[in-house]
Amino acid sequence: MSLINCKNVSFSYEGRTVISNLNFEVEKGQFVCIIGENGAGKSTLIKGILQLKNPSSGSIFLGDGLKEKQIGYLSQQTIVQRDFPASVFEVVLSGRLNNQGFLPFYKKSDKDYAKKQLEFLEIGDLKNRCYRELSGGQQQRVLLARALCAGRKLLVLDEPVTGLDPVMSAEMYRLIEKLNKKEDRTIIMVSHDIKEAVVYATHILHLGKGQLFYGLKDDYIKSEVGKFFLGGRMNDT
Amino acid sequence: MIHNFLQMLSYPFLINALIVGILVSLCASLLGVSLVLKRYSMIGNSLSHVGFAALAVAYAMNAAPLTLAIPVCVIAAFLLLRMKESSKLKGDAATALLCSGALAVGVMTISITSGMNTDVCNYMFGSILAMSESDVRLSIILSIGVLVLYVIFYNKIFAVTFDETFAKATGTSSNLYNMLIALLTAVTVVLGMRIMGTLLISSLIIFPSLSAMRICKRFFTVVICSAIFSIICFVAGIYFSFLYSTPTGASIVIADIILFFILAGFEKIKER
Repeated sequence: MSLINCKNVSFSYEGRTVISNLNFEVEKGQFVCIIGENGAGKSTLIKGILQLKNPSSGSIFLGDGLKEKQIGYLSQQTIVQRDFPASVFEVVLSGRLNNQGFLPFYKKSDKDYAKKQLEFLEIGDLKNRCYRELSGGQQQRVLLARALCAGRKLLVLDEPVTGLDPVMSAEMYRLIEKLNKKEDRTIIMVSHDIKEAVVYATHILHLGKGQLFYGLKDDYIKSEVGKFFLGGRMNDT
Repeated sequence: MIHNFLQMLSYPFLINALIVGILVSLCASLLGVSLVLKRYSMIGNSLSHVGFAALAVAYAMNAAPLTLAIPVCVIAAFLLLRMKESSKLKGDAATALLCSGALAVGVMTISITSGMNTDVCNYMFGSILAMSESDVRLSIILSIGVLVLYVIFYNKIFAVTFDETFAKATGTSSNLYNMLIALLTAVTVVLGMRIMGTLLISSLIIFPSLSAMRICKRFFTVVICSAIFSIICFVAGIYFSFLYSTPTGASIVIADIILFFILAGFEKIKER
């Protein structure tokens, strides 16, 4: 059974349909990249997958042992977070909250797990640093570590490289790829950068007034939509 | 100095004020960290105005002041959160609306019933004589309740303060804990406004946490420092007001201001 199964899903805000008739399945180990113009409904779909917004019709099924609220989520940073007085470890550990149940405090296993994620993302040395004193790229990695703490199986990344310089972006993509290949985590990433997406993803979901394409990356490159968008982008640069 | 301090403690009403005040400052400073970081600083201010209206009405009806004011404030806090979420009334507008609206209701009630007199002044700027024995007992129980709830839900409050969306996506009900923060704030504000006054109580929420954020780098130390600063300033303020017969609320706030500027200066020097 697939991790996520979207059947005839539509979303609407105050009666206005944003996106309709989404049909796709995400299997374990896939690296799905959701692309599309601004306002194509990428963020809305993410909210749907995270169960923060109910579809106006159709339904999203979670399967393969994936539990609701066990999805690692990397959101876009808010202004509040940028100068938040907290240590890196406090932030990362808060990802384990869904594992805590009714206990008021974290168990040792939670702390060890959080430490392991920091090591995996090569930021173990930042553990006791203050979050607001880190660079944008470091902050983003810390938030990724928190996402890893929250969900073992599925990671949902919302524009993970926004505001990062090219070197930092490449570093971020390398880590995400490492998570996908080495740890076998399933990844759903939203991006507006089609060219980057095509490099790293295994599958592409292209949105624009509905579902324009869903399938393997290689098929996407050969498809009409893919040719058009990739071609357009490549001529731009 | 010790002699003066001991002399101060020989007045039972001052001991009451100290006990309640320290507990309330503790609650206010803990909650203040979250409120300031969530950009809800003004919530204390508008709640205290609602509390003022409720107290005025309670006196007019000869009802027990705290037992009426606390539920009214709790309801106001929930309404305030709702208003912040709805897009029609933006956050600060909702706060300002509630603030001045409640003040008008309170002043109107007082002027109809007892006329504008020194009572109003006490409401506005606080008085340590305002607490009856039963008020003191209720205040102690409630503020200990606030502290216990805060400690139990500390990790969840941190998560919701840092990132509401993430917390919601991973199963921590942001709305529930926002409500909890609002509820605890409402209780704290009502308990504290008798001593601090309607116009000054919000400083108890804002100043200590802002001071702590000048020098602390971890959320946990911010919370602890905020609590310590709050208590120090409260005791210093009350002591000063006892020695020089200055208004208590204002003395405490001025102690807070001084500490804030010292720490802000300290931060500036360190950055260089």
